[in-house]
Amino acid sequence: MAWLVFVVLSGIIVGGGLGVVTTRNVVYAALFLLVSLIGVAGFYVLLLSEFLAVVQIFIYVGAIVIVLLFGIMLTRSDEYPRIADNEQWPAAVLMGLGFFTLLGLALLTYPNLSDERNEIALPTLGNSLFTDWALPFEIASLLLLIALVGAVVLAREDKKP
Amino acid sequence: MKGLDILILTATLFSVFTALSLAVLSLIWIERKLLGRLQRRLGPTRTGPFGLLQPVADGIKLIVKEDLVPSWADKVIFWTAPLLVIVPSFMIWVTIPISRNLVVENLDLGLFVIVALLVLSILGLVLAGWGSANKYGALGSLRAAAQLVSYEVPLVLVVISVAVIAGSMDLRVISAIQMPLDTAQPILNEAHSNFSNFNHVGLPLIFIFPLGLFIFLLAGLAEVGRTPFDIYFAESEIVGGPFVEYSGAHWSVFFLAEYMNTFAVAALAGLLFLGGWYGPILPEWAWFLIKTYFFVVIIFWIRGTFPRLRIDQLMAFGWKVLMPLSLMAVIMAAIYRFYGWPAWTLTLMSLSGLIMVGFAFYLRYTRPVLRLAKKYGHRPGGKRNVR
Repeated sequence: MAWLVFVVLSGIIVGGGLGVVTTRNVVYAALFLLVSLIGVAGFYVLLLSEFLAVVQIFIYVGAIVIVLLFGIMLTRSDEYPRIADNEQWPAAVLMGLGFFTLLGLALLTYPNLSDERNEIALPTLGNSLFTDWALPFEIASLLLLIALVGAVVLAREDKKP
Repeated sequence: MKGLDILILTATLFSVFTALSLAVLSLIWIERKLLGRLQRRLGPTRTGPFGLLQPVADGIKLIVKEDLVPSWADKVIFWTAPLLVIVPSFMIWVTIPISRNLVVENLDLGLFVIVALLVLSILGLVLAGWGSANKYGALGSLRAAAQLVSYEVPLVLVVISVAVIAGSMDLRVISAIQMPLDTAQPILNEAHSNFSNFNHVGLPLIFIFPLGLFIFLLAGLAEVGRTPFDIYFAESEIVGGPFVEYSGAHWSVFFLAEYMNTFAVAALAGLLFLGGWYGPILPEWAWFLIKTYFFVVIIFWIRGTFPRLRIDQLMAFGWKVLMPLSLMAVIMAAIYRFYGWPAWTLTLMSLSGLIMVGFAFYLRYTRPVLRLAKKYGHRPGGKRNVR
């Protein structure tokens, strides 16, 4: 049963990803991305981490895709005549393949892969996040802060004296 | 899952939807009557006794109206946007407990799931405005995205602080900790202990955490787009925003979703801050409805009293007032829980926060106006000084 759900979810995720890169309409691309991300949330449910699944939907659907659409709607659509003609696509392919190899290597060399799925209690999750993993957590939030400051710097008009 | 289970689940969901539709009808009637009375009118009187059938007449009118599609519209997005709005607002009700046992599916993460679903409806609004290929629609979508994304931060933070105080995200547990211990104990025992670390308070949270209620109501109003935070479909500015091209049944779907969300915010306020279904004499579901309709009336009262904010005022209020205040609320709740202080310290802390905000508002808005009024000879009562 879990296997079947996994196959269906993978189909959804891969289909969404293909949709993102093949469609010519930027808004459709954002929507396909959304489908893909919801599929990932389904994976989390399958792995018995409901909290992560809700967070995934909350962050990606409730915030990230909305902000993406916001950005798309603020730019004129005729500025993007042909989305497929992106000069950066070789670099993107390289990055994607590299990341895929890295993940595959990590998966293959990971010592104890088991079929067991464990439900983690929320207090345990919170405690480990804010004690053992406090430094990575803070680094992640610093990254977001830098992005925020960068956006403000980009958006600010230079006032000439 | 057996066939019978699926049948029962379908029947349950259908009855929930019917009950919700009835609640929405009652909300429409209350709103029209209350707004009428607030404006020294009678409100609807002709259809049925006290105008009780007015919402039904409205519904019939909406359904038989022609459903227009603008020729430039993106058909797929235009038709899916109402679904993306109504489905989350309906799914919220799956996990809201009407009474101790009356809930479709109680979730350990109930509160968090509800907030996540409440936030999902932004997507439908944004797509509705974009898909209808209308300038007012697009403006409304942009406003909706900006407003809802900014107000979701205080909403989440205040929900987090309530979860910290209660030590759980299970809505039944959060209600139970506000009841006397002998009523609460069976519910607490029954609850899934995996996601909780209870803290029994014994008083409705409105008494120990009024700041939380203040932030929750304001951010909730903004999140469902009620006046004074309804700038994204402000009729007098952008003629309906994302819904400008919708008509007939599809428009009524948006309308239904908005009222369902309003009802959900009121119900959540009752569950989180007034002790949920607990009360003397009357049955549990009756107390739930009483508390919910209490907040519904407050929401409509606010609508009848305050003018709509301007967009810059709205964003400034969200980021400069509600955001720091909700961060303060989280810190207060965390301090209270971490040091295990008695409940009245939290009351004191949140009251001082509220007073601070009130004083800041007085300094910024009320005092300059009063000074001007004095200078030009107006007394606050509205009569002119006769010299």
